[in-house]
Amino acid sequence: MSGANGVNGQTSQQSHGGTLSLTLRIWRQDGPDAPGRFHTFDAPNISEDMSFLELLDIINERLIEGGDVPIEFDHDCREGICGMCSLMINGRAHGHELATTTCQLHMRKFSDGDVITVEPFRAKAFPVVRDLVVDRSSFDRIIEAGGYISVNTGAVGDANQTPVPKQAADTSMDAAACIGCGACVAACPNSAAQLFTSAKLAHLNLIPQGQPQRWERTEAMVETMEQFFGSCTNHGECTEACPKEISLDFIAFMNRDYVKAKIKNRKLSGQS
Amino acid sequence: MAPTATQAAGSAPVFKSKRPLPFPLNIYQSAIGRKWVMAWTGIGLLGFVIVHMIGNLHLYEGPSRMYEYAETLRELGGGLLPRTLLLWIMRVGLLAMFVVHLHSAYTLKERSRLASERAGFVGGAKKYASKRDYIAANYASRTMRWTGPIVGLYVLFHLADLTWGWWLGDAYVRGDPYHNVVESLSSIPVAIIYVVANVALAVHIFHGTWSMFQSLGVNNPRYNGLRRNLATALAGVVLVGNLSFPVLVQAGLVDEDNRDCPVNDTTGLECLEAEAEAH
Repeated sequence: MSGANGVNGQTSQQSHGGTLSLTLRIWRQDGPDAPGRFHTFDAPNISEDMSFLELLDIINERLIEGGDVPIEFDHDCREGICGMCSLMINGRAHGHELATTTCQLHMRKFSDGDVITVEPFRAKAFPVVRDLVVDRSSFDRIIEAGGYISVNTGAVGDANQTPVPKQAADTSMDAAACIGCGACVAACPNSAAQLFTSAKLAHLNLIPQGQPQRWERTEAMVETMEQFFGSCTNHGECTEACPKEISLDFIAFMNRDYVKAKIKNRKLSGQS
Repeated sequence: MAPTATQAAGSAPVFKSKRPLPFPLNIYQSAIGRKWVMAWTGIGLLGFVIVHMIGNLHLYEGPSRMYEYAETLRELGGGLLPRTLLLWIMRVGLLAMFVVHLHSAYTLKERSRLASERAGFVGGAKKYASKRDYIAANYASRTMRWTGPIVGLYVLFHLADLTWGWWLGDAYVRGDPYHNVVESLSSIPVAIIYVVANVALAVHIFHGTWSMFQSLGVNNPRYNGLRRNLATALAGVVLVGNLSFPVLVQAGLVDEDNRDCPVNDTTGLECLEAEAEAH
C-alpha cells in the first residue's frame, strides 16, 4: 500500500496524484477453442485512484493507439452491484481485497513494481469466450429452473397483505445480495456452484412469497446446477471470495432443503 | 449473464442427467444427496473409530482383560443370538458403510475434476497460473483425497496384521490380542505405519466432522461455532488414543514381561480364560 495517509486513505484528498509502475501478465485467447497464453504488459504511470478496470482501459487505449487488438474483459456498472466484472487477480477472484468486486478494487491496494497476473475465471461450465471474458450463462440455466415466484397479475394488492417476519426478511435479503458474478465457482477448488445456487434458493425459500414453489424450486435448481458444476467439499473458499460475503450457512440450508424436497415432492404429487 | 462480446457456443451441460432411479435411490444419484450419504456413512465410521479406540484401551489392563474384551465382542447378543452373529452383522454393516463412503467420495471427486477442466485446455485439474492463495481451505480439507486412501490402505494392512496374522507367522496367536498387538507394534517399521496412518485418520476426521454438519444441513447460528471445536476435540481424542498404542509399546511401557499365562492357542487361551473368570 503506497497511500501516504494512514487515516482513511481511500477518500483522503492528499493521497491523490500517486502513481505506480506495474507489470501485468494477462491471459489472451482468441476464441473458445484457440490456445491461450500470457502476454506481459508494462504499465507505467498508473494513478493510485484508478480502479482495476480503469487500469485495463488504459492498457487497452495504449494497445489501440499502437494498432493492436484490445484485451476483452467483462464489465458493466462499475459500482459493484451488477456482477459482470470477473477476473482472477494473482490467484484470487476479484483480487485480494475481501468483499470487493474487481471494479471496486483500487490500484492503491497494490505497490509500485508489482507483477500482477490476470486470468479468466476457470470452470468447465464457464468457457472462455475471448481473453478474460467467460460465458457464465450456466448460471442463467439455474435461475431459469426455479429462481422466480409465480404470482397472479391483476390489481395491486394491499400493502402488508403478506406479513413477512423480520428475521426471514433480513436473512432473505442477505442471500439476495448475491450478484451472480461467479467468483464462488472460480475460487472453488471443485468448481462447485453451491454458494450461488444456495443464495438464489434461500432468498425465495425463506419468505412467504416463495413457499408455494419451494420444494419444486429446490429440486429443479439443484439438479440444474448439478448438470454443470462440481461437488462441494466444504472448503469455504467461495464465501471468502464472494464480493457480497454470502454465508456458507446458505449451503447447509440448501443441502437440508434438497433432501426434504425429494420427499416432499413425492408427497405433493401423491406418490406416497 | 449479460451478453458477451462474441457469444461462445454457450455452456452446454457438463454432465448428462441420468434416468432417475426409484425413491430413495434417486437421492444418491444427486451430488448433494451423495454428500448426504457420505456424511451419514462418515458418522457411522467415526462412531466405529471412537468405540474401537476406547475398547482398545483395555490393552493397558493386561492380557487377560484384553482377552475378556475380545471375547465379549464375540459374545455380543448374549445367549439370544449365536456366538459372533451380532459381531458379523456389525462387520458387514461397517464394510457396507466403508464401500459406500469410498464410492461416493471417488465419484464426487471425479465430478469435480470434470467440472474443473480448464476452459480452452484439455485435461488437468483446476489450476490457475498464479499460485493459489487459499484463505479458508485448510490442510485437512485439501488433503481429504489423500488422507482417505491412506486410511483405506491402512485398514487393509491393519486387518492383515492383527486379524489375519499374515506376517506375524508363528508369533500370531489367534484369540490373544494383547500378545499380537505387542508383538506387532514392537517392530519399528510397523509402529511407524501405525503412527502415520493414525495422523492421517485424525486429519481426515478433523475436516470430516465439520463437513458432515454442513452436508446434512445441520446448521444453527447459535451452535455453529461449536462445530469446529467438536471436530478438533474428536480428532484430538482419536489421535491421542490411537497413537498411545504404538508409542507406549515402542517405549517399552506395554510389554509381556509380567505375563502369567503362556503364549499359545491352547493352554495359553485356557489360562487367559481362567484369569478372566477370576476377575
